[in-house]
Amino acid sequence: MKKTLMMAAIATVSATTVMAEEEPVLNVYNWSDYIAEDTLAKFEEATGIKVNYDVYDSNEVLEAKMLTGNSGYDVVVPTSDFLQRQIAAGAYQPLDKSLLPNLANMDPDLMAGAAVYDPGNTYATIYMWGTTGIGYNVGDVAERLGEDYTVDSWSIIFDPEIVSKLSDCGVTMLDAPTEMIPAAMNYLGLDPRSTKPEDIEAGAALLEKVRPYIKYFHSSQYINDLANGDVCVSVGWSGDVFQAQARAEEADNGVEIGYVIPKEGALQWFDMMAIPADAPHPENAHKFINFIMDAQITADITNYVWYANANKASMPLVDVEITEDPGIFPTPEAKKRLWASVVYDARTDRLMTRAWTRIKTGQ
Amino acid sequence: MSGPAPKSGLRKGTERFLRAIGFSGRGLVIAVPTLWLLVFFLIPFLVVLKISVAEPMIARPPYSPLFVHGPDGWSLKYTFDNYAYLWQDSLYIKAYWSSVKIAFVSTVLTLMIGYPMAYYIARSEEPKRSLLLLLVVLPFWTSFLLRVYAWIGILKNKGLLNAVLMKIGIIDQPLVIMQTDIAVYIGIVYTYLPFMILPLYANLVKLDGSLLEASADLGARPLTTFLKITLPLSLPGILAGSMLVFIPAIGEFVIPALLGGPDTLMIGKVLWSEFFNNRDWPVASAVAIAMLVLLVIPVMLLRLANTKQEDLI
Repeated sequence: MKKTLMMAAIATVSATTVMAEEEPVLNVYNWSDYIAEDTLAKFEEATGIKVNYDVYDSNEVLEAKMLTGNSGYDVVVPTSDFLQRQIAAGAYQPLDKSLLPNLANMDPDLMAGAAVYDPGNTYATIYMWGTTGIGYNVGDVAERLGEDYTVDSWSIIFDPEIVSKLSDCGVTMLDAPTEMIPAAMNYLGLDPRSTKPEDIEAGAALLEKVRPYIKYFHSSQYINDLANGDVCVSVGWSGDVFQAQARAEEADNGVEIGYVIPKEGALQWFDMMAIPADAPHPENAHKFINFIMDAQITADITNYVWYANANKASMPLVDVEITEDPGIFPTPEAKKRLWASVVYDARTDRLMTRAWTRIKTGQ
Repeated sequence: MSGPAPKSGLRKGTERFLRAIGFSGRGLVIAVPTLWLLVFFLIPFLVVLKISVAEPMIARPPYSPLFVHGPDGWSLKYTFDNYAYLWQDSLYIKAYWSSVKIAFVSTVLTLMIGYPMAYYIARSEEPKRSLLLLLVVLPFWTSFLLRVYAWIGILKNKGLLNAVLMKIGIIDQPLVIMQTDIAVYIGIVYTYLPFMILPLYANLVKLDGSLLEASADLGARPLTTFLKITLPLSLPGILAGSMLVFIPAIGEFVIPALLGGPDTLMIGKVLWSEFFNNRDWPVASAVAIAMLVLLVIPVMLLRLANTKQEDLI
């Protein structure tokens, strides 16, 4: 006992005086329901590093921690546009690419897409990516809109005539103004990446028009609610809707869930692995990021969470039913209509969030 | 473990030291709560106050510093724009009003439910009384968050309540309670009921039974006795219980966030969205300070009422 204490004391002293090995601990902060069941166990086994794994369900919560600093986390997974702002605030440290040989596995096209937010992929690498589309309860929608109604358009959310028929079974939206307002702008035929106040106001006005038919605004609740049949149409993130689908299948409750990237187009986003500037274990963080970029590990995660990854080497290892699902890996034609999110200046940002409060609360 | 001798020696030493710097035992007793307030109230308050006069910026932390080192030394940089903003946008005033309204209605409901319960417990004989008191406190053994989540399971469209009501044929369409203000009221009343019952009980249990007997002997009906004797005497308990419910209910965030709908407008939620969605820490801090100022008023009123009460007795 005394001996270990002594060793610990020596270890502490040497850690503080000499640049020694990091303690074998890693604090990861990731989205909820966003990793395979065995990923962490495999990492611990391979490296001997103990992982403390925490989850969040909105970029805003992560951002508050990053902007406060001293979060204690070593790896976090912000979405690309949030990442860009947090980089500007000095929240992250550049990746040491010599420690990340698995970067060679990544798809150069998608990494170039992510480089729009993080030039040169200096601070982050893609964890998973996806689209913001529409998840729906096949039975409930058919019952209300007719058997031959095809869900393929944003009109199911933005056309008051259609959405009003669905409000009794529950229509939900993400609590994310920078995703919902551009989607409404796009539906109106405006450029979803426009930052003109009048375009944003037009999108907001459309949302206000359909507001009476919306049950709630939340960014994770709909997974369970879709699966249980408590809601029937949700604007949601691709993989989350697929998880709802899987949960409903598992529960065998007669609920069938579909996901569609509407024909008008949808937002494409990247969730990025980054290391906070004040991360206590940056070396372990690099090991973890490199580990995730392993072809098999990434394939396992995609097979479990049903989100597309950006890892070219993993593609042969991903289940065919996933790679061939146009809701997860969009067809080349659908890809053309995906848009990237915008980082707004402070004034537009406030306009956006204020409009959002007005939409949500009617104030 | 060290023996008692050095401990008492230490204590004597401390006492001597404290006396030397002008500390009496009485001062010491007051010092502990004072220190507590200083560390856990005043300092956080000052931090929030400081942020509320800053400007938001993309930085870490995301607001401008109060002390700026310029070419001619240190200078103070502050703005009251954030407070002005609260006035310009009607959202905040509406949110304050709505919070006060929800808190007030909840307090009245809690009082109406809690008073008979407290009265009954106070009039019960031991050991029943202890058992009933235990039952009031029992929910605290489960996490508050879990209990609110349990209400989601009860109130949702395909939840327990609707399933039961539909099964016994009272309704044939599920009642929409979740994500409405009604669910918020249920949540607040349920959560804060013990805070109403306990001070009321403490007050009612001290009620002198002979006063009630005298009232009855003089021909007063039970209702008259209640209105003229019991109710006035239990006023301090009512006030204490009401404050314990009203004040935290105004700033409540968890219950409206989990049970309420998107249009449930409460200041806690507005504060959350200023802080997280808008990343505007200064405005969020200004909202918090304004709420604090508003809450001080009912507390002052309570104090005033209490002093008057004591003057009467």
